[in-house]
Amino acid sequence: MDDNNKSAPLRSRPTLRELAYFGVVSLVLLVSLAIAPAKNYFSDWRHYQKSYLKIAAERQSGTLVRSFHGGIHQTWIANLGVVDRCESCHVNMNGALVGATAQPFRKHPPIPHEINQFGCVTCHRGQGPATSVEEAHYTTEAWEQPLLPAKYLESGCGQCHLGPLEGAPKLSEGRSLLSSMGCVHCHNVTQPDGNQLTPGDNPPPLTHIAEKTSREWMYAWIKNPQAYAASATMPNFLLNDQDAADISAFLMAQSTPSAATKVEIKPAAAAAPTGADAATEATTLYGASFCSSCHAVQNEARNLVGGNFGPELTRVGNKVNPDWLRRWLNNPVAYHPDTRMPHYRMDDKQVALLSSFLLAKKDNDLLANVHLAPSTADSVARGKKLVTETGCAACHQINGVNPPQNFAPDLTRVGSRALAQVVFAPGMKHNLPDYIAAKIHDPRSFGPGLKMPKFTLTDSQTGALATALLAQTDRAATYPKELIISGARPSNYHPGGEAGKLMDDLRCLSCHAINGNGGDMAPDLTWEGSAVQGAWLEDFLKNPNTLRPALIRRMPKFNLSPEEIKTLADYISVAYQGSGFDSQTLDTHSLNADSAARGKQLFYSKYGCQSCHIADYKNDKGYVGPALTSVGTRLTPVWTYKWLKDPNALRAGTLMPNFGLKDDEARDLTAFLMTLKAKQGGSK
Amino acid sequence: MKRLGLLIFATVLLLAGCRHFSPQAPKPAAYGTQIVEVSGGKQLAQVGSPLPQPLVLQVNGADGNPVTGALVMLHGEGVQFTPAQALTDSSGQVTVTAQVGYNPGDYQVTAETPKAGGGTASLNLREIALGYEQTVGKMVNDKYCIRCHDPESTPERVSNLDNLSPAPHQFTDGATLNRISDADLTNMIAHGGPALGKSPQMPAYGATLKPPEIKAMLSYIRTIADPPVPEPRSEIWKIDILFEFLLSRSPLAAFLAQRRCCHWAR
Repeated sequence: MDDNNKSAPLRSRPTLRELAYFGVVSLVLLVSLAIAPAKNYFSDWRHYQKSYLKIAAERQSGTLVRSFHGGIHQTWIANLGVVDRCESCHVNMNGALVGATAQPFRKHPPIPHEINQFGCVTCHRGQGPATSVEEAHYTTEAWEQPLLPAKYLESGCGQCHLGPLEGAPKLSEGRSLLSSMGCVHCHNVTQPDGNQLTPGDNPPPLTHIAEKTSREWMYAWIKNPQAYAASATMPNFLLNDQDAADISAFLMAQSTPSAATKVEIKPAAAAAPTGADAATEATTLYGASFCSSCHAVQNEARNLVGGNFGPELTRVGNKVNPDWLRRWLNNPVAYHPDTRMPHYRMDDKQVALLSSFLLAKKDNDLLANVHLAPSTADSVARGKKLVTETGCAACHQINGVNPPQNFAPDLTRVGSRALAQVVFAPGMKHNLPDYIAAKIHDPRSFGPGLKMPKFTLTDSQTGALATALLAQTDRAATYPKELIISGARPSNYHPGGEAGKLMDDLRCLSCHAINGNGGDMAPDLTWEGSAVQGAWLEDFLKNPNTLRPALIRRMPKFNLSPEEIKTLADYISVAYQGSGFDSQTLDTHSLNADSAARGKQLFYSKYGCQSCHIADYKNDKGYVGPALTSVGTRLTPVWTYKWLKDPNALRAGTLMPNFGLKDDEARDLTAFLMTLKAKQGGSK
Repeated sequence: MKRLGLLIFATVLLLAGCRHFSPQAPKPAAYGTQIVEVSGGKQLAQVGSPLPQPLVLQVNGADGNPVTGALVMLHGEGVQFTPAQALTDSSGQVTVTAQVGYNPGDYQVTAETPKAGGGTASLNLREIALGYEQTVGKMVNDKYCIRCHDPESTPERVSNLDNLSPAPHQFTDGATLNRISDADLTNMIAHGGPALGKSPQMPAYGATLKPPEIKAMLSYIRTIADPPVPEPRSEIWKIDILFEFLLSRSPLAAFLAQRRCCHWAR
């Protein structure tokens, strides 16, 4: 003992202080080592899984409990960039536990995709790899994308589906508004397939505006377009009186005479219609020309009656100069080469009637308080500067002002915009959907100096627009190409030759689509030559009667000359032929009286066609489909046969169901329908 | 620990629920005896979205005249109201926007107004939220079915219902349609009226609509039924549960679960 003490002065026992240090450090180490398992043990998902098992044990048998695998549940989809652990808490997505209605145990409602192929964040956003409620759902410092509110959920669909989508009405509405409200005149919106959204409105050129309207009307319109027409697409730029006066001065000054001014107005066209029946005659002409198919007028109950394809006409008398209107009715193309309005071939008396009828549509109070100082060189110069700054030329053609490039922010990736780059208005919730909706609803609430004008939109339209914009994400831009489903792009088809010129003059493509180009207001004419009989087509062009008893939008009568009708009918019959409309498909010799008798039986008894169609005005009442009383003179037998076999193949989206007819049933029905001929001695 | 977990869970739910009820009620200036609906009941909205039209409610006094300044309080599970409490205006009405919750299906809205002598007068409204499937069903309905099955006519879309005999059923007609099974309705849509001995005026849509569209249509019909579809088939359920319960206590259960032969044993 002593030796040891002397030779090796080993440390004696640790002092109390050292023991205390050691104890504390060990404790700290122990505690710090315990943090990780404790954190894991107290994690959100563990609690939810436990309560799930408890509910499962109470409600159902042990089988559900026994087959449950605890732990983190992860979906990993490499090519979509999805690492989702949502199902660690949302353990009842497949609905195995019946009757669970509170989150996180709700069953996922049915959707057209498998969840494990697309993951959760693809549509819902949020932070997939997170394992706590807070981090997964809400904004954190490291993660800016919180869960998307359910009302914008359709934006998820829009990342791959770039065209209209039936199951996503809000998204489709938003996309069409981006185009029809003219948003994409100023903002670029490029879809993941590289195609830009194109404007669907048709803003008039202002190059000859002095011919069309007065400076006073223009001033009032620029100040508040919706005061003139509640349905106006043009937004309110919230200009002050002086700015609006100067802009109107400039627009009048830059105007040059159009080609239409060379047309002389005959005295008969300018004369005020006389006679007791003039008013009735004018109303009849407005109705017979089907102006209301495109133009709306506010009725006494302040409801708009008519289409929204052309401008509202409620106060058109305030707007237009009488001579301009007469020339416009005579031939609109001379004033506006790209107008959607057809060239009606009206005679002088019709022009006089219709122009006086329209000029009477007027609100005397509208311009009563507009008194403008005469325009000066200064006001014109200032007006030009304002027009350039406001970006009027982004939509309208204006002499001396070029369309601005990159005038407004590019919205191609707006759905992923970092919140750090967003300037929120005071009092706003700091998230992207609310920001986008607020910006669309009232852009100037973010600052009076901003350029974006105020559009007239309902809340649901604002929501739809926000949904469409939220679909423009970074995520979508990196998706594999085979996932992207592009929308239909219009072709650049235009009919050629003499008939083509005539069809251009009549603006057929404003309403009808042919070979993938044109409007959707009227039937597609791509296979019209195969569908209808030549004689009927000539008759119809001469006097377009309606095929559908309950339709309010109808083909107008253009007062075509017999030569024009012949040219058009011949061209349509020859050029617009489909394939397979020949005797191989249907041998017309087989359409005999026996066959027709069987067909009649099928028509009335087996298939109840009379519930939607009228074959005989005496007994049938069906008001859904076109009347078939003279279908035997209208349609070709082979078209009728193929139509009955599969209507959707000939006209996509038709209401007529596919009855799955057998060949002989379709033949018999065709035979019966072909016996329904127009009474002779009518229009012929 | 289990209890603690549940307690936390319940507290979180409770707190989350409390968030919307914080604003203090305005002080009523008058009291009515009755609350009536002016408009806004039985609307359809997509899940998580505001109803297309606001709820307009009116408070009437004992004499049947509207009461100004009466307090109206709204609540409904999963529904958000703006504002949730309001005083009636000069015409005795309040206008409230309501946003339905994230579950497809029915939402019950209760509007209450305090009475002068204590107690409340209340009114129940039903609103309907459409999920993805019901939305697709509504699109199918609006395109193909509505012309004959809805009596309402607009200039754009004249109803054909009155032209048909026997008249088609409206899809809101729960009293009739709730008694027809899913399988029968699906058959009728796919194969037409004659498939169930009904009128051939109902065409077969089996070659026009895809099976998921028919399923969606069925789901839409069930969602908008008035009276609503009763709670799902409780008797079958009980038997199912009982059966499973008994089995789960037997050694057979493990065997069946392994073999995965029966859905209820999985």
